[in-house]
Amino acid sequence: MIYVVIAFLWVSICLYLITGGADFGAGIIELFSRNSYREKTRSLMLKSIAPIWEANHMWLIIAIVILFVGFPTIYTTVSTYLHIPLVLMLVGIIARGTAFTFRNYDAVHDSWQKLYTQIFYYSSLLTPFFLGMIAAATISGSIDTEAKDFLGLYIFSWLNWFGVCVGFFTVALCGYLASLFSLHQARFSDSLPIIIRKTRQTAVYVVLSGILVFASAYYSDIPLLKWIFSKALGIIAITLATVSLLFTNDAIKKKKFLLVRILGGFQIIMILVAATYQHNPDIILFANGTSLSLFDESAAPKTIAALGWALLLGSIFILPFLFYLLFSFDEKENKN
Amino acid sequence: MPFLMAFSHYKYLTTKDEVYKGLTKAWSKGVAILFATGAVSGTMLSFELGLLWPKFMEHAGPIFGMPFSLEGTAFFIEAIAIGFFLYGWEKFNKWFHWFCGVVVGVSGLASGILVVAANAWMNSPAGFDYINGQYVNIDPIKAMFNEAWFPQAFHMSVAAFAATGFAVAGIHAYIILKKRNVIFHTKAFKIAAGFAIFGALLAPISGDVAAKSVAKRQPIKLAAMEAHFETERGASFVIGGVPDESTEKINYAIKVPKLLSFLANGDFNSEVKGLKDFPRDEWPPVAVVHYAFQIMIFFGSVMMAIAGLYLIASIWKKKWLTQSWFLKIFVAAIPFGYIALEAGWTVTEVGRQPWIIYGIMRTVDAVTPMPGIQYSFYFFTLVFLSLSLVIVFLLLRQIKMVPKLYDPTDPHYNPKSKTK
Repeated sequence: MIYVVIAFLWVSICLYLITGGADFGAGIIELFSRNSYREKTRSLMLKSIAPIWEANHMWLIIAIVILFVGFPTIYTTVSTYLHIPLVLMLVGIIARGTAFTFRNYDAVHDSWQKLYTQIFYYSSLLTPFFLGMIAAATISGSIDTEAKDFLGLYIFSWLNWFGVCVGFFTVALCGYLASLFSLHQARFSDSLPIIIRKTRQTAVYVVLSGILVFASAYYSDIPLLKWIFSKALGIIAITLATVSLLFTNDAIKKKKFLLVRILGGFQIIMILVAATYQHNPDIILFANGTSLSLFDESAAPKTIAALGWALLLGSIFILPFLFYLLFSFDEKENKN
Repeated sequence: MPFLMAFSHYKYLTTKDEVYKGLTKAWSKGVAILFATGAVSGTMLSFELGLLWPKFMEHAGPIFGMPFSLEGTAFFIEAIAIGFFLYGWEKFNKWFHWFCGVVVGVSGLASGILVVAANAWMNSPAGFDYINGQYVNIDPIKAMFNEAWFPQAFHMSVAAFAATGFAVAGIHAYIILKKRNVIFHTKAFKIAAGFAIFGALLAPISGDVAAKSVAKRQPIKLAAMEAHFETERGASFVIGGVPDESTEKINYAIKVPKLLSFLANGDFNSEVKGLKDFPRDEWPPVAVVHYAFQIMIFFGSVMMAIAGLYLIASIWKKKWLTQSWFLKIFVAAIPFGYIALEAGWTVTEVGRQPWIIYGIMRTVDAVTPMPGIQYSFYFFTLVFLSLSLVIVFLLLRQIKMVPKLYDPTDPHYNPKSKTK
């Protein structure tokens, strides 16, 4: 059962990265759009994320619940030592969720809209940045439980060059995903060339910030290169991600936008595989070289069993409806 | 709220009255706003548990996590159902569409019950053995179905209906008094008042179940609720009064003889334990618990009285229903349900102090070791305050747009114009 639970944990993080990433990216893309395109970009982006945006957070909540029910030590370690970036990320999520609610449900359209549109943009930018920082902190060995002062315990556990670079990388990835996903929505619109250009631009940013991540890992003595390239699966995952990037370009040229979506999701999965598989099952690596492993830190077998069944039953209820929801929206779009 | 929406939707489907359709749409926007803010605060909550209470979660997570994982499922279903409902007008079979609205309500209610079950576990820990500071033989299913889950969940669900019903009914009553869109708001008022009455009349029954359960499991909490210092037989029910912890007496209170014994144990002469029977360092803050309990009882009774009045009006005195004094009572009652609700939670939470897990772990031992935690506390308080302001602001703006967007009988009705 522990494998089922870990699989669910991994899948929900993965789905959060893809759907939530596209969601954050929508705000980022809008922020960096020239004013003349903004309105168009906005309505396109909104259309492609609106039906699922409330569901996005569910993946995050599921991951968190799995952590605190199944792996309480890991959950409490992360939330103690990474308290500050987690709070900052929460600020982003909350501000963003609220601003989005305003944009969507406010019945009156007036100058208030401008304010919360700004909030929406900047929180879209900050949330994935801190998300990336947190992810970086868990694996870079920067959490030092033996540090003596506040700075060492609660600040430098996450604030370092590697974290910042992973943060940028995550932001770039979100922007890339959003433009990639909205291509399908834009296929009959006259702004298609703009979105295509944006996809290419963001792809370049992803690659550049990816290089930055490796450079900073090298600079901070984090054996990232060794992890990824020492095992066959890591090399395969990275190679596949790069190859599918080329395919994506090809598919864009041929205007096969659903294929583009699939390829985009695939790239994310490969990046996540490369990032998590190598130190599996250790999920948190500390400064003193010790680590927390998913297997060693799991809760009592009965809890894991109950959690596993709850997740399996839940997904039987949820997944068909979720797909039907997405499907019926696509149908509606096609009819229009 | 989704039940109000589904009820109005049902009326529309059976009567074909367009007003009900507009009302359903208006309420569905309310549901969506509440849900979206709920999603945000729920996300926050799942983090906060660890950010603020890591020591508690480290041990409690695996034991009482079961209802949380199920709640996740229920919440997800709610999200999907809302998606179907909001975007599904004129697209699905109309009864399937209606059913989606019902699912929103049912799954929302289920989430509420599950979360309350998790809280109930803190009052009535079960599903594990605590031996030498170790939590062993963990059984999450037993933990979920702890002794307190049913009384608490029942009382909370009923109270939620009352609070929502009164708030919604009051808002519509206010607009009727302003003579705007009267037909529309009268229909809304009647549906909401129906739910309010249902909740207000069931609340004391569920409250009685809850009180008996507390008397059995947490006698010290009951003693604090009633500021009951001495253990005695045939204990009297205390109304009002100023409890004084230092002299261990309550002053200026009205006492109804033997009633407390009856309410707690179903027997006028049974024994009720007083605070003095417990070690002083296990006392909750008596005054806070007592006042909160009094506030809850007071507003609960007032709502019950209003419910009775409404029943009289709808059976014998139909003309009252449209008279302004009658509507004004409902306007005044807008916050009553929520005040009672919050007071009730204060009773159950403060009444459990100094424990976070009753009898097992103290609250001071559960908090995060990170210094400066008060800033996080200020921050979260600020966030919740601003979220509430946001809800009020958005709902007000929805209400402002009723003539244009939702009431088909209004001359300004033009829902298409909102897309700019």
